[in-house]
Amino acid sequence: MTAPMDMEGPAAPPRANGELVFAEPWESRAFGMAVALYEAGLFTWPQFQAALIARIAGWEAARTGGAGWSAEATEGAHWSYYEHWLAALEDVLADSGAMLADEITARARALAQRRTGHDR
Amino acid sequence: MTTGGSADRVPASLRAEALEQLLTERGLVDPNVLDAIITTYETDVGPLNGATVVAKAWTDPEYRRRLLDDGTAAIRELGFIGLQTEHVVVVENTATSHHVVVCTLCSCYPWQLLGLPPSWYKDPAYRARVVREPRRVLSEMGLELGDDVQITVHDSSSEVRWLVLPERPAGTDGLPADRLVPLITRDAMVGVARIQAP
Repeated sequence: MTAPMDMEGPAAPPRANGELVFAEPWESRAFGMAVALYEAGLFTWPQFQAALIARIAGWEAARTGGAGWSAEATEGAHWSYYEHWLAALEDVLADSGAMLADEITARARALAQRRTGHDR
Repeated sequence: MTTGGSADRVPASLRAEALEQLLTERGLVDPNVLDAIITTYETDVGPLNGATVVAKAWTDPEYRRRLLDDGTAAIRELGFIGLQTEHVVVVENTATSHHVVVCTLCSCYPWQLLGLPPSWYKDPAYRARVVREPRRVLSEMGLELGDDVQITVHDSSSEVRWLVLPERPAGTDGLPADRLVPLITRDAMVGVARIQAP
């Protein structure tokens, strides 16, 4: 959703207090799961944070060749903060052995087979 | 550490749903607890807490001094503690000195005081550019600062969160704290805006 920051026009950064925090419902679920699992003690917050930093750094490095951010390198690139958030959550769960990526992939593929009109 | 190339092609919305199902089935997550967490962060936790801190500092010189000395302790006095707000340093904006906050690595942010970060705060462009050319970025965001104003950019980390104590606008001298709170915006407490006089 978020293009590399466009300061004017429809994608301009919101400046009011009342902005919607989550662009799509799944983003709020991903957010809530990380907080809930942290509170349940499955990982520490610094562990999650390190995984998130690694995911974002990986995304940026893949687009800039390690040269740092530039408008040219990231122009048009798909940026979704909560995709990195979710990937980081999967990483810490995989590291702790609580949930393997393959299990999630298999379930997600099964969900993708649902007939249309059967969204949850 | 990675989820693998083929896995990444499954849309994130489906992966999130799959993960929630699996976690729920294994008793690791309760969907009702998730609902409560989301509601809390969407409604209860937010800029209002930060605004309460700022309004108190504006109206209580003794509190302001404590807040600038030891932000964590002064914020704790008001009961605003929690995830991502464990250690807060407060910096004061004045007519000649301006502070602005970024997290260059990810999106560290004092949730308990400001709510969840807005999208621009998480954006790669803001995170990279505000360090390199803060005056220009702030100008693009609608905040023009004169050349005589010194700008300091603070990089949040997992250890330290920053909160900007904005400059109290002219014409608010007689106002009590509860009338000041609605004037205080999230953006001013990140340092990308000024507080407008009422």
